[in-house]
Amino acid sequence: MNFILHIWRQATPQDDGFFEKHELEVEPESSFLEMLDALNERLIGLGKEAIVFDHDCREGICGSCSLVINGEPHGRHQATTTCQQYMRDYHDQNELWIEPWRATAFPVIKDLMVDRSAFDRIIQAGGYIPVRTGAAPEANTLPVAKRVADKAFDAATCIGCGACVAVCPNASATLFIAAKVSHLSSLPQGQLDTKRPAKMLARMEAEGFGSCSNYRECERVCPKQIGTDTISKMNKLLYQR
Amino acid sequence: MTDEQPLDSFSPKGPLEQRWTQHKYNLRVVSPANRKRYRVIVVGTGLAGASAAASLAEMGYQVKTFCFQDSPRRAHSIAAQGGINAAKNYHNDGDSVWRLFYDMITGGDFRARESNVFRLAELSTSIIDQAVAQGVPFAREYSGYLANRSFGGAQVSRTFYARGQTGQQLLLGAYQAMSRQVAEGHIEHFSRCEMQDLIKIDGKAKGIVVRDLLTGELSSHLADCVVLCTGGYSNAFYLSTNAKGCNTSAIWRAHKHGALFANPCFTQIHPTCIPQHGELQSKLTLMSESLRNDGRIWAPKNPADCGRDPRDILEQDRDYFLERMYPAFGNLVPRDIASRAVKHICDDGRGVGHEINGQKLGVYLDFADAIREQGADVINEKYGNLFDMYQRITSEDPTQQPMRIYPAVHYTMGGLWVDYNLMTSVDGLFAGGEANFSDHGANRLGASALMQGLADGYFILPTTVSDYLARQTPLEDKDYPEVQQAMNYSQSRLDRLLSAPEPKHTPDHFHRRLGKILWDHCGMARNEFALKQAIAEIQQLREQFWREIKISGNDKQLNQTLERAGRVADFMELGELMCIDALSREESCGCHARVEHLTANGEVQRRDNDFGFVSAWQFTGDVVQPKLIKEPLHFDFVSPGIRNYQ
Repeated sequence: MNFILHIWRQATPQDDGFFEKHELEVEPESSFLEMLDALNERLIGLGKEAIVFDHDCREGICGSCSLVINGEPHGRHQATTTCQQYMRDYHDQNELWIEPWRATAFPVIKDLMVDRSAFDRIIQAGGYIPVRTGAAPEANTLPVAKRVADKAFDAATCIGCGACVAVCPNASATLFIAAKVSHLSSLPQGQLDTKRPAKMLARMEAEGFGSCSNYRECERVCPKQIGTDTISKMNKLLYQR
Repeated sequence: MTDEQPLDSFSPKGPLEQRWTQHKYNLRVVSPANRKRYRVIVVGTGLAGASAAASLAEMGYQVKTFCFQDSPRRAHSIAAQGGINAAKNYHNDGDSVWRLFYDMITGGDFRARESNVFRLAELSTSIIDQAVAQGVPFAREYSGYLANRSFGGAQVSRTFYARGQTGQQLLLGAYQAMSRQVAEGHIEHFSRCEMQDLIKIDGKAKGIVVRDLLTGELSSHLADCVVLCTGGYSNAFYLSTNAKGCNTSAIWRAHKHGALFANPCFTQIHPTCIPQHGELQSKLTLMSESLRNDGRIWAPKNPADCGRDPRDILEQDRDYFLERMYPAFGNLVPRDIASRAVKHICDDGRGVGHEINGQKLGVYLDFADAIREQGADVINEKYGNLFDMYQRITSEDPTQQPMRIYPAVHYTMGGLWVDYNLMTSVDGLFAGGEANFSDHGANRLGASALMQGLADGYFILPTTVSDYLARQTPLEDKDYPEVQQAMNYSQSRLDRLLSAPEPKHTPDHFHRRLGKILWDHCGMARNEFALKQAIAEIQQLREQFWREIKISGNDKQLNQTLERAGRVADFMELGELMCIDALSREESCGCHARVEHLTANGEVQRRDNDFGFVSAWQFTGDVVQPKLIKEPLHFDFVSPGIRNYQ
C-alpha cells in the first residue's frame, strides 16, 4: 500500500508547526505506529530528526498514543486507540493527515507529542479514595451488588489518553473526570468524599479546559467506550445532594 | 566475596508461618516525628513503585518518584490481564496460605527461597483487602461478594480479576494512592525522566542521576536510600509482550555499581500470544492465559493439513496435544510446559499461520466446543474483550474460527539479587517488583506478578526501608565528589553514543539483531554450542553497535532515538550475561530448558545437588567476565520433587 502522509512537525512548544509531506509504502498488516517507525528509520538513516510521538504498550491499554488521523482522534476505527489502528483500515484512503491532540491544556511538546500532565493534577485534586495502606478491612465484609460493581468497572476502564478532550469543541475534560467520579462514587467505599466532583472540576477549570456543553463527541471517540451517562451521574452527585 | 563464601539472604529462621511476623518485630522503626527528616528515591512507578512510594509517603518520609512515561498511570503493569492470586479460600475448595506457597515453590521448580515465597502467600490476602478499600472494581458474583476463578494451572479458584484488565485496575489504585500523596506534598514526582546512573557515597546508595527527557538536562537527586522498581528486561529479545519503553537500564546501572544480578537466564515465555506476522513487527501481544480455561489447543496431526482452513479439518485429524500429553492438567499446564509443547509441535512441522524464516509458527486455540457447550453469550461475557483485541489485530473472529497462538517472551524472573529485606548487595539500594529476582524461581505462575509487585510495594518495602533508615543519619546536603563523577559519567556515555566513528545503523536495527540472537539461542530451548555462539555474536554486535550507531539530533533536546540507543546499549551487555548464565546452569529447570538435560519425552531435568542455588553475578569491571556467586537454596518444608502435570 502507498500512502501520502502529511505529518505535523513542531520543534518546540513556542515554535510554529507545519505539515511535512512524506510518501511511504507499507504492508497492510502493519500497525499505524509501525508505519511511523518505518518512516523514522528512514529519516534517521538520512540524518534527519525522527518524528516524535508518544507510545508505549502498543496494545491499547496504557493510553500513551495520541494521534489525530484525518481529523479523528485515534483514527477511523472506533472503540480503540491509535496503536490498534492497522494500515488495512485505510485501504480506501491513501492520503493521511496526522496531527497531535489540540487543546490549550495539552500544549504541544514536540511534533505529535503533547503535555497531558494536567490529567495527573486533576486526579491529585480528588480522584482517589483516601485510605491508608494497611487500614483495610477484610474484603468481603463489604458486599457490592454486581450491577453496581460492573458499572463502576465500566467507568474505571478510562485510560487517560485525552481523546475526549481532543475531539471536544470546548476541549473539556468532563468525560475524563466523570469516568473517575462514576467509578469511585458508585462504590460504597468511595461515597464518603462528597466533594470529589467539585474538587476535580475546579482543577479542570484552573488547568484551562473548557466546560461541557453536551456535544457528546467525547463518547464517540472514547477508545474504552465510556458513555456520557457518567456525566449525568456526576452532575447528579454535584447538584442533588 | 568468593565462591567459598556463599551469599546470605538473611532469611529468618524458625517456623515458616512465623518468620515474617517475627522478622517485622525484630526490625527497627523510625518515630513519626523523625520520618520527615529522611528522603527516599523511588525509580519506576508501576505497581511496585507506586505502591511503595504511596505507602512510604503516608508514613511521613519525603519521597521523590521518577518514571520515563508521561504519567505513572502508564507503567506496563497496566497491561496485565488475567488476575491476582490470593489465598482467601472464598470458594471453600481447600485453598490456604500453605497451598499457595506450595504451588509457587513447585511452580518455580524449586529455585526460589521458601521464606520469601511463604511471605508472599501470606501477604496475598491483605493485598485484596487493600485494593478493595481503594475502590478497585474486582469482578463480583450476584451475591455481591468477590468472584474468583481458577487460573494458570492452579487447581483451586483463588484468582481475583477485573475482567481482562486486572493490572490496569490495580495500577490505577496504586497511582491514585500515590496521587493523593503528591497532593499532600509528601511525594515529589518527576515524569518523563530516565535514570542514567546510581550515586554511591561511602559505598552506600544515596542518589541517582536522571535525564529530563524533554530538555535533555541531566540532574542529580540525593536521598537516604534508593528503591528501584523499574520492571523486567523481556525487551532484550526485541519482540516481547512488554511495552516498547520497558528497559533494563536502571538495574543494569545498579549492577555495574556492584548490585548482583540474579538468574538472568530465567525468562518466561508465555504460551498464548498472537503469532508474529512479519519481519518489521514492533511488538507481540499477549492473550490472557485465562483463555486456556475454555479454549482447546490443537494442531493438525498431518503436516499436509497445516495450510487448510482449520474448520475443515476433521476431529480425528486434530491433535489436542496438551490434553494428550498431560491428561490431568490438559490445557491448563504451567506456562513453561505449554510453551515448550507448542514449540515442539511447530518444530515438528505442524505449525499453522504465517511463515517466519521458513517456518509456520502457530497452533490453534479453539473455542468451538466451549461455545457449543456453554453458549456464545457465556463465552463472550468471559472473554469478549480478548476476542475483540484479537480480532482488531488479526482481523479474524475467534468465535467463528480458532485463534492462532504462539509463545512469546513475557516476563523475567531474574533481576537484581535481593535479600529477605529486598535490599540488593549495594547497601541502601532496594529493588521491588519484576526488577528483583525474589519470588518466582525458574518459572512464574499465572496471576502472581501483580501479587508480588504489590506485596513488595504496600507491605514489605515500607517495613524494611524503615528499618534501614532507622540505622542511618539523614544525609547532609553538601557537595559530594561522587555526584559530579556520576554526572560526568552520564554525560560521557551520551557523548559516546552520539559520536560513533562510522554512524550507519539505527538503534532499532541493532535491537532487532540482538533480539534474534537471544530468541534463537537463549529462548525456549538452549544448548551449550548455541549459547557459546550467541555470546560470540553478541560481543561482535556490541562492538559494531558502538562503532556504527547512528542517532540524529543531539542530547540537549527531546530525542527518542537517543533514548532508545541508551537502552539498547544496556541490553547488549545484559544479553551476554543471560547467555553466560544459561551456559553455566547445566541443568534444566522451569523456563530454563537445556536440551542436554531433558528427559526422553522432553521434560526438564533438574540437578538439585549441583544447581540448587541462585546464580548471582557480580560485575568485575569487564562485561565479558562476570563472577558467579552462589546463594544455596534450602528446602526445609517442601522437599524438591519432580513437577508432574501428567
